[in-house]
Amino acid sequence: MDSMCKFPFLVLCGHEFEIIIIDDGSPDGTLDVAKELQRIYGEDKIVLRPREKKLGLGTAYIHGIKHATGNFVIILDADLSHHPKFLPEFIRKQAEKDYDVVTGTRYSGNGGVFGWDLKRKVISRGANYLTQVLLRPGVSDLTGSFRLYKKTVLEKLINACVSKGYVFQMEMIVRARQFNFSVAEVPITFVDRLYGESKLGGNEIVAFFKGVLYLFATT
Amino acid sequence: MAIPKMFQWLLAASTFMVAWLSYVAGYLNTSLSQEYHEVILVLPLYVLMAFASYSLAVIGYRVATFNDCIEASKELQEDVKEARKDLERRGYKYASDWQ
Repeated sequence: MDSMCKFPFLVLCGHEFEIIIIDDGSPDGTLDVAKELQRIYGEDKIVLRPREKKLGLGTAYIHGIKHATGNFVIILDADLSHHPKFLPEFIRKQAEKDYDVVTGTRYSGNGGVFGWDLKRKVISRGANYLTQVLLRPGVSDLTGSFRLYKKTVLEKLINACVSKGYVFQMEMIVRARQFNFSVAEVPITFVDRLYGESKLGGNEIVAFFKGVLYLFATT
Repeated sequence: MAIPKMFQWLLAASTFMVAWLSYVAGYLNTSLSQEYHEVILVLPLYVLMAFASYSLAVIGYRVATFNDCIEASKELQEDVKEARKDLERRGYKYASDWQ
């Protein structure tokens, strides 16, 4: 009864895994919670790799991979907008045809988002349509970060990518296609920021368009 | 290495424009009827308008059918409660309770 096979580990029962937590000095006490989880579940299952300040997504991935012991890496946001119940679906999909990357999609099947108003939906759908037309990436969701990678593939992609933020996610998938890695999708639901505030300002939108144009011109 | 998408677009667009301009400028000897001639004169504009309408329709449809995931949000809140209980049973201490 009281094994490791309990929530939140239930969904990963039968797989060998460790959870690596990267926290870039967030002021909301994330690290304290993580330490407490580590005390409960053990240092082999919960691996803490905090950094002192915000240093960017790409370097966070590199930082995390260094400590990953398995052949596969699944990346998800720790604010619960990505529900761990989808992990088995990523794993199942990967095994189907030994895919190099499995990416979660909010834009097809039963996928979707909770907590977006009309304006946010229009921006999101418009931006997604633009990238589909210009980049023809072969996947329906380019900016989501809930993904499974083979570890070697993830390393190669990170080294090939130069962008930041949303554009980084997009570049990873576009480059994956460029390198002829196989990519599959699973529908996911994204519950936007149960905790904390979602950010999408003018600066993000400008950076996004610059990123799309950069990829348009170079890939 | 494939040709970047931008050059694919430029190639397609310039091919089209060269054909269109040579027709408009009268370099192509055709015996098209007057109606066809008038359509071809404004063809680039038609193409742009058709593409714009198609894009707006697609985006509008996708916004309207966006899945709101209300169930997923409720389920998550239930899961959070359950996880909290489970963690408390395991002796989890919230930061506010630390001494």
